[in-house]
Amino acid sequence: MTPAPSALEEILARIRAALPADRVNEAEKISRTYNRTGDLDREACIDLLLDRLADYEAEILHVAEESGLSAAITQALNHAHEQRVLVDAEFPTDWLPEGFDIVVDHELSILDMNGIPAVVTTCEAATASTGTIFLVHHGAQGRRAITLLPDHHICLLHRAQVYELIPETIAAIAGHRSESITTISGPSATSDIEMTRIRGVHGPRRLTVILYGRI
Amino acid sequence: MAIIELALRVNMQPAASLVVLVALNVASFPLPLVSSGFVDPVFLADVRALLPRIFELSELLVNRLGVVDVGAAFPHSVAYHPSCHSVRVLHLGDKPTRLLRAVHGLTLIDIPNKEQCCGFGGTFAVKNADVSGAMLAEKQANILATGAEVVTAVDNSCLMHIYGGLHRAGSKIRTLHLAEILASQERAQ
Amino acid sequence: MSIRVGKTSRAPDFPVAAKTALKNTQLRQNVHHATDVIRNKRALRVQETSDWQELRQAAHDIKNNTLAHLDHYLVEFERNCQNAGGTVHWARDADEANAIAIRLIQQYGGDEVIKVKTMTSDEVQMNVALKAAGITPHETDLADMIVQLGDDEPSHIVVPALHRNRFEIRDIFSRKMGLKNLTAEPEALAGAARQYLRERFLHVKIGISGANFAIAESGSVCVVESEGNGRMCVTLPDVLITLVGIEKIIPTFQDLEVFLQLLPRSATGERMNPYNSLWTGVHAGDGPQAFHVILLDNGRTKLMHSEMERETLDCIRCGACLNACPVYRETGGHAYGSIYSGPIGAILSPQLNSLEYSRSLPYASSLCGACYEVCPVKINIPEILIHLRGRVVRADQKTLSGTLSQMNLAMQGAALVFSSRRRYEAAQRLGRMGQMLFQRNGQLEHLPGMAGGWTRFRDLRPLPKQSFRDWWKARAAATPATESEARS
Repeated sequence: MTPAPSALEEILARIRAALPADRVNEAEKISRTYNRTGDLDREACIDLLLDRLADYEAEILHVAEESGLSAAITQALNHAHEQRVLVDAEFPTDWLPEGFDIVVDHELSILDMNGIPAVVTTCEAATASTGTIFLVHHGAQGRRAITLLPDHHICLLHRAQVYELIPETIAAIAGHRSESITTISGPSATSDIEMTRIRGVHGPRRLTVILYGRI
Repeated sequence: MAIIELALRVNMQPAASLVVLVALNVASFPLPLVSSGFVDPVFLADVRALLPRIFELSELLVNRLGVVDVGAAFPHSVAYHPSCHSVRVLHLGDKPTRLLRAVHGLTLIDIPNKEQCCGFGGTFAVKNADVSGAMLAEKQANILATGAEVVTAVDNSCLMHIYGGLHRAGSKIRTLHLAEILASQERAQ
Repeated sequence: MSIRVGKTSRAPDFPVAAKTALKNTQLRQNVHHATDVIRNKRALRVQETSDWQELRQAAHDIKNNTLAHLDHYLVEFERNCQNAGGTVHWARDADEANAIAIRLIQQYGGDEVIKVKTMTSDEVQMNVALKAAGITPHETDLADMIVQLGDDEPSHIVVPALHRNRFEIRDIFSRKMGLKNLTAEPEALAGAARQYLRERFLHVKIGISGANFAIAESGSVCVVESEGNGRMCVTLPDVLITLVGIEKIIPTFQDLEVFLQLLPRSATGERMNPYNSLWTGVHAGDGPQAFHVILLDNGRTKLMHSEMERETLDCIRCGACLNACPVYRETGGHAYGSIYSGPIGAILSPQLNSLEYSRSLPYASSLCGACYEVCPVKINIPEILIHLRGRVVRADQKTLSGTLSQMNLAMQGAALVFSSRRRYEAAQRLGRMGQMLFQRNGQLEHLPGMAGGWTRFRDLRPLPKQSFRDWWKARAAATPATESEARS
């Protein structure tokens, strides 16, 4: 007696029986006439991004070179009255702020991470038109939990990482498609209560973006 | 759907050079017919052949005859209801309002939320009478808010439905088809 | 095999359910307000997006092509997901999906789970099954939590608790969270939810999610959200179970560039929603170390054979059609008797489950076309509604009660009349005479039977004394014959 077909076999069989035998996959032929590249130069892109970030009330700090990062991070933490800050083990030590309790993520437990008020990471890219920051969770960008539990996320964005459109950004990070990725476009929000938009339900309620480096 | 096929058969004269459909709801029928699978292929070919010669009235006047001012006169305030099929199926755009604006003495008023369906929808009006009534109530309130004397559209079913509600409510607003206004020679006293 | 779409088999007919819904003025006000807000925001975003129509077309083409080769992409997804450390399960129907989830949860020794919004889990009634197996599900979406704590049902795809105002929510939270001094300010309510849920996020070891997209080329899964509870549920637990309908597959990572532009604008009128989470199988040292995907059929394969029906599966659950629909506007979601409501519900529920349970849904539309206009993947909903009406009519004509129904007799009668000019003109004359029975003050005010549905709310002008045909004939007779091409 042959065993009953598995769910996989049955479902695939149903699909195959329903579709024409001579079908040809036309995925390559799909015409993509939407905008794949932007019109703005990087300066204008960055201005647009700043506009979007300001829209959702992110704190924005400007720094010319990497050498100014430590001071900028210090400023962000002082502004928020935070003394402890979480970083990934691969976060560059020269960029660390001085005089703060730095907690390095050496396989911290969730409960430990939950008690830390701020976190600093780098990021992979940003899209100006939508005000979106892309985190690919490797290196100094840290594992997903560190940018989720603390209430203040300080994100370092290099000016050369800014793109105008979503398709450009997706293309730029496509090599990381099999890694874990988080996109952030403002603090969390809900309109579930009488359509009143409320910010900061879960996840960091405070975002600081520090722009650095040359275009 | 079979009824539509039969209605078209009896009314279609393949030799006619122009079929002008003033009842707009019929103008958009060939389209779903084509995909519903109800119609026999020979008849379908006849319908397809006739399609280029089927015009809704404002299409005929503006596109085919190149006329916007038909020399009409109608000294009243008029609210225009852009019916669903005129907007989303026939894509008439601003043709009806351009024709109305050219009418001597006519004041054209926009209805708030004008593109929201009036609730007629064919058999929907009786099969879902309560919802249809609720949709009509909203359309009616929007029309009354304009203060217009007349409400017009290119679709007679919408007008029948809107008239039905307005009249039941005791309103003095008249419902007229676009054609009736364009045929008017009424001058102010 | 038990295909189940929520509680559709027990749902009343739409006209009946709608009548009840129409009486709920609070609901109608809430629906008007909520849909107005999102619809207007969406319109702004679409206006500023110069390539909106091109994006829609690409999305439509990508989805259609993917569905036409769904077996290929499902197999590719399974292979890539499993190579990355995930386990893929297949479920033919709701019961099988729930059984798999329960087996896994018990395997990992869990008796409670945290859940992030997924309509698919409502579709299969997963919470009912979990509770029956002694497992407590905790909904973590604010609206779903409001619905769950209020022992209620969702009424909208994107804003499920829109039928509740702030006072009702305060009462529900105060009662169920044991809070004494909670105010009804939205910020306070959100704050209460944040604290209440943080405890769960930190301690519950098993999470259940859905997925907006499952990417075949990498075996990745994508969750699109606004509140952050999604990130919590897919990141913090040790074990993650993701339930996803087979139609959610997209071929490549690149395809996200299309859908991530269309979905947020259509769903909430934003250029981009706050958070998107993407992961592939298991990531060492980052997130759940056990990941299971349950691929769900539950009737979807029934739609594969017809190109038109298959188009229904293009849906990316944005809810834009609900916000545009003038019928939904008046009734809200509960009247549709299914987790999928509004225009997409009217075509999806009858096809997934069975026409028998949702035969009134294809008629719950005036065919105004507003849904098609806003659908980001260009599903021709009006066309599919008409197609489904055809199926209902054909099924009806096979039964005695269907054949003798008022509507069928009326339609057959009309067919008889319209098929002959003589009969048509005779019917007009008869109508002119017969209507005198119902005329009052120059109007037709109370018509019998089905036609009474008209006169309940509307007057009707009687047929005019001279028909167009009679007028045309008289005119043609009076005018000298020139090029009278349009004959009567």
